[in-house]
Amino acid sequence: MASEGGTTGYIVHHLTPLSVGEGFWTLHLDTLFFSAVLGALFIWFFKSVAEKVTTGVPGPAQNFAEMMIEFVDQQVKDTFHGQSKLIAPLGLTIFCWVFLWNMMDLLPVDLLSLISSLMGIEYLRVVPSTDLNATFALSISIFILIIFYSIKIKGVFGFAKELTCTPFGPWMMPFNLLLKVVEEIAKPISLALRLFGNLYAGELIFILIALLPAYIQPLLSFPWAIFHILIIVLQAFIFMVLTIVYLSMAHEDH
Amino acid sequence: MSINATLIGQMITFTLLVWFTMQYIWPPLIEALEERKKKIAEGLAAAEKGQEDIKLAEKKAATYLKEAKAESANIIALAQKRANDVVEESKETAKLEGEKMIESAKAQIEQEIQQAKENLRKEVSSLALKAAEQILQEEVDKAKHKDIISKVSNQLG
Repeated sequence: MASEGGTTGYIVHHLTPLSVGEGFWTLHLDTLFFSAVLGALFIWFFKSVAEKVTTGVPGPAQNFAEMMIEFVDQQVKDTFHGQSKLIAPLGLTIFCWVFLWNMMDLLPVDLLSLISSLMGIEYLRVVPSTDLNATFALSISIFILIIFYSIKIKGVFGFAKELTCTPFGPWMMPFNLLLKVVEEIAKPISLALRLFGNLYAGELIFILIALLPAYIQPLLSFPWAIFHILIIVLQAFIFMVLTIVYLSMAHEDH
Repeated sequence: MSINATLIGQMITFTLLVWFTMQYIWPPLIEALEERKKKIAEGLAAAEKGQEDIKLAEKKAATYLKEAKAESANIIALAQKRANDVVEESKETAKLEGEKMIESAKAQIEQEIQQAKENLRKEVSSLALKAAEQILQEEVDKAKHKDIISKVSNQLG
């Protein structure tokens, strides 16, 4: 597929998003499109199960959905000890959505971009989690929730006290504040960059493998894909668990 | 690798997804799970209760059986006793009846003997009278010799 610019051109082509607009108001259409489609897939599946849910013997789809629900519910119950209608559904949404994003990574790297180029679309990046915007959108939303719940549970004063008076007591206030702010800011950044880094690197390796001669490719891409099955689930799981942990930390009053 | 408005779009999508999940997906499914859990627990409890009931019923049945056995043994003993009594009674009756019959037969025989004796006496006396007539060659006056005749007939009797 190295049509122009050789190897470098091929790599750059694969990592360039389909975008419209200028400056900050650029929109990555591929990221928006694929994440929306995958989100709709998730919603469609679970909604169709929820509509004909039965307490009797479940069918295969309901069985699978229940497995997911119980898995997430168990994670929430293990770490979060408060009452919240939001956290468990949030965890489920994050796990499934991120998993579906990551799963796009297992599609052959050239397949969708080939199809799209036949339809006249020049650039296409199919894995939403290789877009910093997508991962940061998740982590910033979660960051907002963390702040919201911290203030809701502890009150403005309580939250301010936690920011300034821990871990070293009121006499080290500026230092405490600095530490706490870094700690809080590190949460969304680490969440977003971890997911992005893993998937970006994974996709890059698939692209590099695709540049090798055809007779070596399966030898490398097959084990890497198998390894990747582990990574995509693991990353989705880590994202969900950390979200639950951060939110339960926000709920805890010291 | 630039942060841009895509971020905002993604955040909106994310919010919508979470809202939808929270509203329409999580509650019915988790409710169904809870419901099923309850059902299973109830079923297990019912099964356990059934087991208990069976045990109780078995115990009851055993008691009834024992009672029935005792009752039947009682009845059999009673019946045996009754049968013995009946046999004994009938034996007694038969004996009495037999004795009575023997007694009446004896009486009848006695009576017949008396009758025969009487007849014989009459016969003999008349015979003796006839013989005496023959011997005397004359008629005996029955009225005159009534004493003698009766004496003789008494001796014969």
